[in-house]
Amino acid sequence: MERFAALLDALVYTRRRTEKLALLADYLRETADPDRGWSLAALTGGLDFPAVKSSTVRNLLMERVDPVLFQLSRDYVGDTAETASLLWPGTDNPSPPSVSEAVEALGRMTRNSVRHDLAALLDRLDVSGRFALLKLATGALRIGISARLAKVAFAQAFGVSVDEIEEYWHGIEPPYAALFDWAARGAPPPRCDDQPVFRPFMLAHPLEETELDLKEFAAEWKWDGIRVQLVHVAGATRLYSRSGDDISVSFPEIAEALPFPAVLDGELLVRGSHQGGESGGAASFNALQQRLGRKTVPRKLLAEAPAFLRVYDLLMIDGDDVRPLPWVERRNRLEAIMDRLDSGRFDLSELIGATRFEDLDQLRAAGRDNAIEGIMLKRRDSPYVAGRRTGLWYKWKRDPLLVDCVLMYAQRGSGKRSSFYSDFTFGCWDGDPGEGAELLPVGKAYFGFTDEELKWLDSHVRRHTVNRFGPVRETDRSLVFEVAFDSVHRSKRHKSGLAMRFPRINRIRTDKPAHEADRLEALQALVVD
Amino acid sequence: MTAKHWIRAEPQGLYVEPADCWIDPSRPVDTALVTHGHADHARGGHGCTMATPETLAVMDLRYGTDGRARPVAYGEDVMLAGKVRATFHPAGHVLGSAQILLEHAGERVLVTGDYKRRPDPTCRPFAVTPCDIFITEATFGLPVFRHPPTGLEIDRLRETSKAHPDRAVLVGAYALGKAQRIIAELRQSGHDAPIFLHGALERMCRLYEELGVPLGDLRPVADTAKDEMAGRIVLCPPSALNDRWSRRLPDPITAMASGWMRIRQRARQRNVELPLIISDHADWDELTATIEEVDPAECWITHGREDGLLRWCALHQRRARALALVGFEDEDD
Repeated sequence: MERFAALLDALVYTRRRTEKLALLADYLRETADPDRGWSLAALTGGLDFPAVKSSTVRNLLMERVDPVLFQLSRDYVGDTAETASLLWPGTDNPSPPSVSEAVEALGRMTRNSVRHDLAALLDRLDVSGRFALLKLATGALRIGISARLAKVAFAQAFGVSVDEIEEYWHGIEPPYAALFDWAARGAPPPRCDDQPVFRPFMLAHPLEETELDLKEFAAEWKWDGIRVQLVHVAGATRLYSRSGDDISVSFPEIAEALPFPAVLDGELLVRGSHQGGESGGAASFNALQQRLGRKTVPRKLLAEAPAFLRVYDLLMIDGDDVRPLPWVERRNRLEAIMDRLDSGRFDLSELIGATRFEDLDQLRAAGRDNAIEGIMLKRRDSPYVAGRRTGLWYKWKRDPLLVDCVLMYAQRGSGKRSSFYSDFTFGCWDGDPGEGAELLPVGKAYFGFTDEELKWLDSHVRRHTVNRFGPVRETDRSLVFEVAFDSVHRSKRHKSGLAMRFPRINRIRTDKPAHEADRLEALQALVVD
Repeated sequence: MTAKHWIRAEPQGLYVEPADCWIDPSRPVDTALVTHGHADHARGGHGCTMATPETLAVMDLRYGTDGRARPVAYGEDVMLAGKVRATFHPAGHVLGSAQILLEHAGERVLVTGDYKRRPDPTCRPFAVTPCDIFITEATFGLPVFRHPPTGLEIDRLRETSKAHPDRAVLVGAYALGKAQRIIAELRQSGHDAPIFLHGALERMCRLYEELGVPLGDLRPVADTAKDEMAGRIVLCPPSALNDRWSRRLPDPITAMASGWMRIRQRARQRNVELPLIISDHADWDELTATIEEVDPAECWITHGREDGLLRWCALHQRRARALALVGFEDEDD
């Protein structure tokens, strides 16, 4: 555990990507099995200990430290694991467990035993060790290392290709013995063609002012649902979300509808006429949202909000891996299998017939009226490759909507923004502010600003606080934000009756007096569902 | 008569009514008593400034003294107007730093300014002074702030420097106090190599030496070739850490010496690669132990995380209240 704790600390304080990779690669090469496998799982978010949650740690601490002092500390530090590691009564002679020992112990803990057993583990560690253990135990590391970076480091450590790791990744489980055997000891690679595993998605770069030749690029609509992969291998079918989570149980009608071996890439949508009108055939994202995250789906909901897959691409068919083929050929094969599929559950993502880029631009601008997110541009000769590869696929979103709102409340952030007031709630006027109208909260955002702006905002909040509610500060409602967002929907959860999608602080309008900020009706006029 | 009637917190500082004088005022006043030379406590432009000779020397260097300066030695009795007696006692914060004890109508009020309890080779240690009302800072007034032994942090600094003979280690440290303390601690640990200074630290280091704190072989960065600083320790004010200025150093490792470095994200926010938890403020254990040792009838808590210390006082049945003073926020220590 000392070596893992030292690795986490070093990663926290290292800025350069190359140095982070070197630290990780050294660790993966030099650490023994299965410790390095468990550590890799922790770094890629692959560990889950149901009995140990952030709240478990919090409760454990509250038994030892005054709850108010714990809360004040947590609020200041911005990270429960770090706060707990600092507050835990220290030991003079640590006897740290190995990573595997810790993982085994954590895995054995139950809701009843966790209070005693987790405390016993913490008692064996110093402050860095406690931090590492709690990060390992509760999942989210939040130390600026993505799962991808850990995999790149693995590739670098053993001189193997990261694409191959991605390919095997979803067929193996921590501590990844087969992966280390292959990469470090030259054993044959882990097999995954006999299981319905998730294959890494091909992703798109945002298009920025480059004009593309439509002879080389095909265009299709970017629908506003969730990107999914439907896999049928060895008689089993799975539906995966973009992050590779198995969501088959939430959408049984889709998982049941693919009757032959294939891997499809598409947009999961609910039937309706919101996106692209009657011919678009898809309801708004809001309609899909009520279907997400369910363990069982009531029959009524299945009937009211039936899901379907709008297919973009084909990765495998009847046992053949067609990913190396150019997009055009994959598209041909995809079109050829469409009549083998139930048209109630599958349709083909339509191509946009424009031949001139300017025409496409106009279509994109009109996309908002049709509630479509934007346009995708795919190189006609592009193979299907994992991740975001320059020059192959582009997403061209419609421009965001903008509204001027007034800052109402602020809260400290976590991670990089810890101890800064950086989570902002803002509102619009419910009438004429000159006649006593009030501000109603319309959204919350914690990004869109630069680090410099963050410092300024933090100091603004401190200087303009008029009230405190626990960790929340109410400000004097003097600061205007230009807020950018993708769309706005009706919502019963908010007093204003509105909910924005993907709001972010676009600009800080110190030049604009608060009473000139937008009114609620400006936002209501933008609601399309 | 209780102290609440003769000494009170105004937004710009503590006002001692019978003597018509201020302690650490943030605006120019007729008579100011100054605890120490940091910019948030000491400002220029007062009619008369009372402080220790060292603090006056620091102020003179930093702001110039246009008004009258009245040096007060540690332990010396000063009678102010309105039958208020003032004495200055070492606070252990930086060279010349003082706690100011005010006595009036049979009551003793102690204003600590900023203080710490652990040894510092550059200044006199904090003197525990009995009082009725103890006015304390609370910069690190949360139990997550426990500074490790200074020696361990100095060792880490030296080891990092030794492990990178081709790079400089650039340490961000307050120009007054912290920088000189780091140098003196390094010397005490046996580090005799030259230490290189950012221009903004040179005059203060020279003043410390004039006031009797030897700092060894110091050299200005400005006169030094880049490769001569490889494998060396370089000091600069925190603001210069991420500045273009640091490009003149050989591939510097960014370090910062501050109590805030206890919090990982605080270090990350400043792009610090080597956080050194060295502070000139009392940590949580020192704050609470000091209150118990001084054992006043009442604590008044000024700048910092006063909520935390107030809570501790409540839990320990100690009378306490928070004073809202503006402008004391120590983001760099």
